[in-house]
Amino acid sequence: MTQRTITAALAATAFLGFAFAGHAEPANDTLIIDGSEIITRAAPAAHLDGALTELISGWQFRDTETRAIQMDDFDNPGMIFVDRGIDSWNTADGTDGKSCASCHEGPESMKGLRAVTPRVDAKSGKVMNIESYINDCRTTRMGAEAWGDKAEAMTDMLALISLQSRGELVNVAVDGAAAPIYAQGKEIYYTRYGQLELSCANCHEDNNGNYIRSDHLSQGQTNGFPVYRLKDAKLTSAQGRFVGCVRDTRAETFKIGSDEFNALELYVASRGNGLAVEGVSVRN
Amino acid sequence: MANDVKPRVKVPKSAKAGEAIVLKTLISHQMESGQRKDKDGAVIPRSIINRFTCDFNGKNVIDVTMEPAISTNPYFEFEAVVNEAGEFKFTWYDDDGSVYEDSKPIEIT
Repeated sequence: MTQRTITAALAATAFLGFAFAGHAEPANDTLIIDGSEIITRAAPAAHLDGALTELISGWQFRDTETRAIQMDDFDNPGMIFVDRGIDSWNTADGTDGKSCASCHEGPESMKGLRAVTPRVDAKSGKVMNIESYINDCRTTRMGAEAWGDKAEAMTDMLALISLQSRGELVNVAVDGAAAPIYAQGKEIYYTRYGQLELSCANCHEDNNGNYIRSDHLSQGQTNGFPVYRLKDAKLTSAQGRFVGCVRDTRAETFKIGSDEFNALELYVASRGNGLAVEGVSVRN
Repeated sequence: MANDVKPRVKVPKSAKAGEAIVLKTLISHQMESGQRKDKDGAVIPRSIINRFTCDFNGKNVIDVTMEPAISTNPYFEFEAVVNEAGEFKFTWYDDDGSVYEDSKPIEIT
């Protein structure tokens, strides 16, 4: 070991030592929206092989006040973006003069999609998340330009489509055509990145429930995405959140929509198989 | 007019006479403070909702002066005592002169 790596190792130890000093059990609250219970605790799927003893939605890790906001759709600021998504759903765009509604009728036709994506298209072998489907429709059927990864129109539409599956249990396929993507995602999940040499698992598997500074580490489940983050006052997609996480390890992040993040999104989503889609969730 | 401004309110459909009811209002608005600068260093002009009022049957319930420190999509929750059936009228005043209105009726049971 050179002097530099020793120093780095010591610094990392000190960082972890302090960072993970506190532990607090997540809440054991019941998420009820409009009279329906949304499953926020579930038994892990067999493919997790005991990596987690119980699946817990990030909702349980947030403060009482933050949890309360999500329990009422009027209070949930994410619903503003759903409304914008509805406007956009009905607005024609592109050279073919079509809107989403021209082919799909109401947004309720998207019911169920959020629970099973990302999934691998058997024909093309590509990973398809909701963003990919939206942009595929826009470019091949509407003659419109693809929306950017962080475009507000995109997150609005994600929110609208996700909401249609609210309460449905996440059930992302991990076998068949998805098997190699699942393996790739898993590899990334357990690989340490960045100057801090942290993998997803270091925080979200080994230390969920502990505090990293003042932040209560969750299991990093994606069942609630897109989320309305109070600190941003806007919606964030799962891959948008990955960027933030990887950046915080002081690494160069993968790009949104890259093969790496697509694989990771599929893998992380599958870790939540059994938790319910929350539509638009509210987090800190 | 600022983009994507859409008021929304939540008022119970009915109440008992003399009951204090909870009113919730939310308006989507960017609430640009006027203190931020864009990439070129130019000040982004202030554009906020500067006043919010609620009236019940012509009588004022609440009148709020709003300042630039208020976050995007301002939300107000307050209570009002209802003695008679009637209509709540909500009004938001934008810096650019726009006025956004919404109203909700309430019955006495």
